[in-house]
Amino acid sequence: MLTAATVVVIARSRNLFGVIVLGGLYSFLIATVMVALDAVDVAMTEASVGAGISTVLFLAALHLSRSEEARPAQKPWLPLAVSLAVGGLLMYGTLGLPKFSDPGAPIHTHVAPRYLNESPREVDIPNVVTAVLASYRGYDTLGEVMVVFTAGAGVLALLRRRRRSPEP
Amino acid sequence: MRHDLILRVIAKLLIPFILLFALYVQFHGELGPGGGFQAGVIMAAAVIFYGLIFGLADVRKLVPERLVESMMAFGVLIYGGVGVAGLLLGGNYLDYFVLDPDPVLGQHRGIFWVEVGVGVTVSGVMLKVFYMFADRGGAEDE
Repeated sequence: MLTAATVVVIARSRNLFGVIVLGGLYSFLIATVMVALDAVDVAMTEASVGAGISTVLFLAALHLSRSEEARPAQKPWLPLAVSLAVGGLLMYGTLGLPKFSDPGAPIHTHVAPRYLNESPREVDIPNVVTAVLASYRGYDTLGEVMVVFTAGAGVLALLRRRRRSPEP
Repeated sequence: MRHDLILRVIAKLLIPFILLFALYVQFHGELGPGGGFQAGVIMAAAVIFYGLIFGLADVRKLVPERLVESMMAFGVLIYGGVGVAGLLLGGNYLDYFVLDPDPVLGQHRGIFWVEVGVGVTVSGVMLKVFYMFADRGGAEDE
């Protein structure tokens, strides 16, 4: 409920500062949803990245631009219709998924039992999420770190050149 | 914001605890929620907080840009280095069982260093992005 209200206010507001603060609020609400789903690691990431760092970065970007959103030239009916249609299709797709916390769902019968049963013997780390991330799925995490590094390098390449060009 | 006494005092009180919490999340990630990624973000958040209150020049003195830039690459190197260490000790790439005579301890060691690598890279990138943005803002103000 609260999340939906936040989204509506974000979509309707023209004051970008308020939108950024509400975006942080939205991240916190999503983080509580993650806690309710027992995904504490994801909740922590959402709270620190979504509500913390990205809010600060958005504010820094806002500092460079005007704080009022320009009025759109025409009414955004087509984008609204497209997003409603896509959302409806996704909702329709969830009808085909197994029920929430159904023990017979494919996700609970594929590799998850092996991780849960074998990781105390093989890795012996209480937090299975860390064991899966860093050990069983080590390649994927290496890829993620590479992505973060590449993103940072990209920002470095873009912004550094622009800063230098007006100086001479 | 440089002369706001309350903000400065509160920041000085809070930042050590934020840094401590980041270290806790980093090294307790094997036992509770958390890990390198979250710890790196919290660590960067503490430094960004300092930068917001005390200004960009002060935070540059505290955490120089060269350090931040080398952190970005160094974390990836630590992560990749763990994999190479596994190769040198006769296992597969990113195979932790060979890092210690006891395979379970080897796993612990591998995960520890991998998480350190993730944390270093993430906090480096976050800080660098913040520096870049803040720098542009300052340049246009002048």
